[in-house]
Amino acid sequence: MIAVIAFVNAIFEPGFFTSEPVRVALVVGGAVSLVSAVVGVFTVIRGQSFAGHSMGDLGTAGGSGAFLVGANPLWGFVTFAVLGAGAMELFGARRPRGRDTATGIVLGAGLGIAALFLYLGTTHSNTTGATITILFGSMFVIGTSMIPVFVLLSALALGIVALLYRPLLLSAVSRDIASARGVPVRTVGLLYLLAMAVAVSLSCVTIGAILSTAVLIGPAAAALRLTRRPGLAIAWAAVIGLAVTWLGILLAYDSYYWPPLGRGWPVSFFVVALILAVYVAADLVSRNVARHRGRVVSSAEGPAGVGGRAQPMLSPVAGVD
Amino acid sequence: MFSGFMANAWIVATMVAVVAGVVGFFTVLRGSAFVAHAVPQAGFAGAAGASLIGVSTLAGLGTFAVISAVAIGLLARRGRHDAVTALALVFMLGLGALFLSWSEEYASAIYALLFGEVLGVSTNQVLATAVLAVVCIAAVVVLYRPLLSASVIPEVAVARGARVHRMEMCFLVVVALVTTMSVPVVGALLMFSLMVGAPGAARSFADRPWSALGLSVVISVVIVWIAIAASYETDWPVGFFVGVLGAVFFIAGRCWVAWRGSGARGARRPGRLAARPVQLASTAGIGGEQI
Repeated sequence: MIAVIAFVNAIFEPGFFTSEPVRVALVVGGAVSLVSAVVGVFTVIRGQSFAGHSMGDLGTAGGSGAFLVGANPLWGFVTFAVLGAGAMELFGARRPRGRDTATGIVLGAGLGIAALFLYLGTTHSNTTGATITILFGSMFVIGTSMIPVFVLLSALALGIVALLYRPLLLSAVSRDIASARGVPVRTVGLLYLLAMAVAVSLSCVTIGAILSTAVLIGPAAAALRLTRRPGLAIAWAAVIGLAVTWLGILLAYDSYYWPPLGRGWPVSFFVVALILAVYVAADLVSRNVARHRGRVVSSAEGPAGVGGRAQPMLSPVAGVD
Repeated sequence: MFSGFMANAWIVATMVAVVAGVVGFFTVLRGSAFVAHAVPQAGFAGAAGASLIGVSTLAGLGTFAVISAVAIGLLARRGRHDAVTALALVFMLGLGALFLSWSEEYASAIYALLFGEVLGVSTNQVLATAVLAVVCIAAVVVLYRPLLSASVIPEVAVARGARVHRMEMCFLVVVALVTTMSVPVVGALLMFSLMVGAPGAARSFADRPWSALGLSVVISVVIVWIAIAASYETDWPVGFFVGVLGAVFFIAGRCWVAWRGSGARGARRPGRLAARPVQLASTAGIGGEQI
């Protein structure tokens, strides 16, 4: 019995479950990573990881602007991410490479604006902490008054994805087939970008720009290595997202007593390290499975199944791009 | 405006702009904007780590930039290119956060590394930048033809026996070198805006590869010069002007294309290089890339 308690204490350092900040982190972090993981499955299938990451950085511009005018950063994040989504859709050509460049242009402009806002913020009100909060997020930006808004926005993002489930998948597999079947491909794409903007800004404002991209892409990418059935992939992504976030928080809490400084390692490091480990593991598993089935590894990459390749250019030779 | 420390700033920024214009042309052509965004930020983790253990930031930056570029190239052989890039990016940023949490200098270090210090460039940095700039340009000149064909339509390049994946690796390493050269001077974020904004605009104005490449360099240099002058006058960050000007030039390019397309000439005359890929693409049933 004593041994068991000692073991549990070694994993969960004393006070893990009683600490209020940890509880907030577990609930908020868990919620946003769940929403992001579900939305992220479509991001990865549709090959929009860059857009997903850019939303976070665009939100940074909005967040720093909100700091400047004294509004709640959440609104700044959401506004800029949604505006950015609109701009990307407006500039983005139908070709995947055109979309890539358009995303880059919007991101570049957003980063420039963020630099200006941060500069104005630091020179006028001496809030150096703003840079840190915006880049690395703060679980405590969400006060109790913001919780209804937070829940509402999460429901909105999940609702859009649930409503658009089939057309989203269809247009990811083939734009042409989707339009032939009467799917309004552009509208569906824009609505999806909006859902992603909302999900990313929620995660960005709470867990920071780095982790926001990590929980959006990481669990989904790993899940899609494990299975090619979209429903199953969503379930896997949700489980992985929740697991890495909670484990990351636990490790960060435990690391308080670790070298070199004895003041704790950042949560973001643990979460991204765990995600990378899960992805590499999933990659190895999928390769082994492919080998056992007696197939060439590269054929698992073919255009069959869900989205097949992220880049809609279905190249006849695997591994080209 | 052109004396003392400003002189170094003008020289270095011009070199960075020329290289960004050249390498950025291929970045846009290949649709690798995300990689161009990820690699500099990965270098930022290296710089943070190097300052922690007390070695040269440039060395740390270069090491991490090359490592992440190679890792992206290797992991992307299987799996989705953009998702792999995102994973590498967040892992490196997380590592950067870890290094920063261990070191004592926190906020100002982040700020300088991400946004750059173009107005505080030393003569040593000018020399280092010049050397790396020459290396990068030389690499692009040597690789020009194979890189162009592998970028425009990889299927044909593969069919002709080109090693597309090796080209990809070479290109990624060049991006990493460019990063090492530019990040300490102009910052990770600004370099990215330059590498996408100028070539993205140039592609709209020019049909042929060489003229698009030349125009890309010209636009890049113009953006940087205006940005430095404006930053000097207003005291606002250089990155703001570069990012916004990049978007302005890009939108201007789009308007130019739309205006020309609606003119009396009817169908747009495809460029010399674009004509064949489009034809091939239509027979093969894949989306062709026009320059």
